[in-house]
Amino acid sequence: MSLDLSKSLTPVCRVLAGAGLLFGSAAVMAESAVEPAQRWGVNMTPGVTEISRGIYDLHMLIFWICVVIGILVFGVMFYSMYKFRHSKGAKPATFHENTTVEVIWTVVPALILIGMGIPASSMLMDMYDDAEDAEVSVLITGYQWKWKYEYMDEGVSFFSNMRTSRGEINNIEPKGEHYLLEVDNPLVIPTDTKVRFLITANDVIHAWWVPAFAVKQDAIPGFINTAWTVVEEEGVYRGQCAELCGRDHGFMPIVVNAMEKSEYNSWLGARQAEAAELAQLIKQEKTFDELMDVGKDVYNKQCVVCHGANGEGGVGKAIAGSPVATGPMDQHLSVMVNGVPGTAMQAFGAQLNEIELAAVVTYARNQWGNNMGDSVQPVDVYNFKQAN
Amino acid sequence: MESSVKKTVRNALFATVGMFAFGFALVPIYDVFCDITGLNGKTSDSPYTAVDVAVDTSRNITVQFVATNNENMPWEFKPAVSSMVVHPGEAVSTEFFVRNPKPVSMVAQAVPSVVPFKAAEYFHKTECFCFNQQPLDGRSETLMPLRFIVDVDLPKDVKTITLAYTLFDVTESFKTAAVDASAEAKQAVGTI
Amino acid sequence: MGDHGPAKGLSRWLFTTNHKDIGTLYLWFSFAMFLVGGIFALVIRAELFEPGLQIVQPEFFNQMTTMHGLVMVFGAVMPAFVGLANWLVPMMIGAPDMALPRMNNWSFWILPFAFFMMLSSLFVEGGAPNFGWTFYAPLSTTYAPPSVTFFIFAVHIMGASSIMGSINIIATIMNLRAPGMTYMKMPLFVWTWFITAYLLIAVMPVLAGVVTMMLMDIHFGTSFFSAAGGGDPVLFQHIFWFFGHPEVYIMILPAFGIVSQIIPTFSRKPLFGYDSMVYATASIAFLSFIVWAHHMFTVGMPLAGELFFMWATMLIAVPTGVKVFNWVTTMFRGSISFETPMLFSIAFVILFTIGGFSGLMLAIAPADFQYHDTYFVVAHFHYVLVPGAIFGIMAAVYYWLPKWCGNMYDETLGKTHFWLSFVGLNVTFFPMHFVGLAGMPRRIPDYALQFADFNQIASVGAFLFGASQVFFMFIVIKTIMGGKKATDQVWESAEGLEWTIPSPAPYHTFTTPPEVK
Repeated sequence: MSLDLSKSLTPVCRVLAGAGLLFGSAAVMAESAVEPAQRWGVNMTPGVTEISRGIYDLHMLIFWICVVIGILVFGVMFYSMYKFRHSKGAKPATFHENTTVEVIWTVVPALILIGMGIPASSMLMDMYDDAEDAEVSVLITGYQWKWKYEYMDEGVSFFSNMRTSRGEINNIEPKGEHYLLEVDNPLVIPTDTKVRFLITANDVIHAWWVPAFAVKQDAIPGFINTAWTVVEEEGVYRGQCAELCGRDHGFMPIVVNAMEKSEYNSWLGARQAEAAELAQLIKQEKTFDELMDVGKDVYNKQCVVCHGANGEGGVGKAIAGSPVATGPMDQHLSVMVNGVPGTAMQAFGAQLNEIELAAVVTYARNQWGNNMGDSVQPVDVYNFKQAN
Repeated sequence: MESSVKKTVRNALFATVGMFAFGFALVPIYDVFCDITGLNGKTSDSPYTAVDVAVDTSRNITVQFVATNNENMPWEFKPAVSSMVVHPGEAVSTEFFVRNPKPVSMVAQAVPSVVPFKAAEYFHKTECFCFNQQPLDGRSETLMPLRFIVDVDLPKDVKTITLAYTLFDVTESFKTAAVDASAEAKQAVGTI
Repeated sequence: MGDHGPAKGLSRWLFTTNHKDIGTLYLWFSFAMFLVGGIFALVIRAELFEPGLQIVQPEFFNQMTTMHGLVMVFGAVMPAFVGLANWLVPMMIGAPDMALPRMNNWSFWILPFAFFMMLSSLFVEGGAPNFGWTFYAPLSTTYAPPSVTFFIFAVHIMGASSIMGSINIIATIMNLRAPGMTYMKMPLFVWTWFITAYLLIAVMPVLAGVVTMMLMDIHFGTSFFSAAGGGDPVLFQHIFWFFGHPEVYIMILPAFGIVSQIIPTFSRKPLFGYDSMVYATASIAFLSFIVWAHHMFTVGMPLAGELFFMWATMLIAVPTGVKVFNWVTTMFRGSISFETPMLFSIAFVILFTIGGFSGLMLAIAPADFQYHDTYFVVAHFHYVLVPGAIFGIMAAVYYWLPKWCGNMYDETLGKTHFWLSFVGLNVTFFPMHFVGLAGMPRRIPDYALQFADFNQIASVGAFLFGASQVFFMFIVIKTIMGGKKATDQVWESAEGLEWTIPSPAPYHTFTTPPEVK
């Protein structure tokens, strides 16, 4: 293991530099796009399911019991501190045990606990009560650092990536209302319908959490977990990954769009049609300009974070003038489809469709001074994937 | 006095070593515990010997199949049918399709998991591709068999069972035969 | 054992077998680690001062949260308690020294190496451990930075140190008590440490085992925690928390002992319910072994498991409640004065109880589905660890420092330090309850806008709390350098053998055992 000072010192220097900046400027501070009530939110929200409301009530019950006990105990304590002050000449008593009192304050708390435990247990049984069959089943897979949703038996599946731009995160652009809590493809579910989630992970442990549903379940590689919900109100609900899963753990939000059943069905129909269309499209030829257009979109969504807005590189290597983007096509496709093991370059073969892959490869080969002049068709990508 | 200190230290050291061993013993204990209770949706990793029981035709159980790939596993992997309706006690068979798109031969290990957890111990596999590592030549495909019986004693409230397989690429460890070593290590640990 | 004093120079500290010297070494080491861990915490709070990434990148942020946790738990709190035990246990039971003085030297001197190894990983390629102090597999195995190996060896060494320390404490308490010092006459600090030492012996080897399994998975191709080879990542969590839950009591029981010494002194009244205090401590220790999975309510456990661990966890509130009631009753009809150790002890009782309440809420399994892995949890465990363990240690330092160095600390400065810490602590950690309930997950380097205001407040509090600990160092050094001479008894109504010897305590004490009536 080599000591790389230049690399390792950077964060330390950044800390020092940043600490100075911190108190200097709050310039890029959030515009108050957020409601004051939400900004100063101090409590759990009741949510939009029977279970989440049940949990909220239970939470408040336990909270108030604790408050009452606290007032009693601290009351006696503060009374003693006031009444029996040495400075006021209090004379100490000498008692140091009393079996009756000790038995009482062992038994009474135990009874209070039983009083808490009974509603808690019945709540838990309700949450585990999976008797009724679910109409919709969604397989949720956690990836570093995005979610994949797969509607079982429907032939629809997609990835859900955070949509907040790096510019907002790095304080270059103003932060939007749903900063860090917005995605490109939200999960869509019907309201008033039992939806079952099957939850697993592709790499490390994640946790899928939507506070409004009170659903939080670990996503564990190699194992499947289950949770269910019946959402009663239409709306957009936001959550986040709740289990430390590496670098971008804070940047894999969850957005669920709950809509009326009929609306959901037409949405699902559209997604299915899209999937079928895609299968067709794969067989079609694309013009160079079409590829460049789509490629630009894909690049700005998927690649710009690591490779920079002008292909100048960053976390990832520079694309402008890179040997990959100006080398043999097969090698370029291989990097895109399979990634480069041991680096941050992921395998995009499963995440992007054939058209997107063809487009982004074409784009990278013909942008920022890369003048290969060649292009690749979706069907070539399809064939490449088949062959390798 | 000196000897009593020695005795205390000896006992404490004994306890320390014992607890270290206990830490490792938790591994097989956990496995046994999971096997018995179906904790974690684990199913038995060895074939079930079918017993002769009457098929309970009064109950219909939907069995869903889920196939997922772990990171860096390039195979195509899917169930032949996505779900089927079975009766408890009935011996059922189905298949999973796999295709190795790579030019080189690879080895895979499928890891099963069942939800709801309480169904795991009632889901018996008489034959499963997950019992062994599955080698597959480059650019070829195959169907992998699964035969199972849902126990007639399955709790009444379970109507749907989901069986999920995650496919892991174990080509590397297969090559170095480290998998055997690990099996031995686990075995050795079990006997501490 | 002769009458000779300490050796001169550096070798005094390197080769010392004297329990007081080793206690001092432990305490200074722990304070150094407290400052290092505190700096890590301040990096975290500075980054979280406002939304967006300002100071550090997520990768480094994760290293900070991990190292903050590890350094505070294994470097600050545990060594501080061992240091206090070294100083106080022999003096409290009338023993001339620890039972195994040479091993005592060893158990301290391997610690700096462990932390040098762990902290140096901040400067290697790939960075320091970044998987959280709970190091869940496979993030800490398959996906770990290369420095994980350093981390594993560091944990092995810390574990060895703690185990040696505990064996020493057990051997001392069991064999070196002065004539007449029966078990049920031992001061509560000795009792709580006696029980803590057993907990350490029971669980530190399990921690050593779990990191050994990680090491084997990473380097020797085993599959303890990898599903592909027949292992199970959830197994890691079970073994880790089998260690981890008793570990949190290891960090609080000695503090229970400390406040049980201090509150009677400043209430001028004997401790209420000595026997029940001992039994309550023992029950808490026992229960700590059967509640571990309450850290894993969302991992996917069968209903029966959830119910068992919920009820068992709630049960802990009973003996803990007994202790709190005993402390309050000790104060009731006493004659209370408010010197710095007493202020810290009163704050301990109040704030630890608040942490206990949030703990009880977390124990309620259905509600935990909402609380789990949010800032509510962060608020909870900082409320039990900072006013619990840290305030306990500070109370102990103010209480026994005059006995150790012979000088009284400056009461005004001490009280100022208390109030700064008290305000800083609450400003830092109380708002965390709010953002946690409102939905902010823990261990994230950046957050949604609605959490901005409370995070800003928490960051300000953290810097106040951090600064007041530098002030603490100043007070302690000033006291050691000089000040009003302390009497032998130091406090008007302090009771126990340590107050019968001169202040400062001579290098060797109780070479002839005292007689305890």
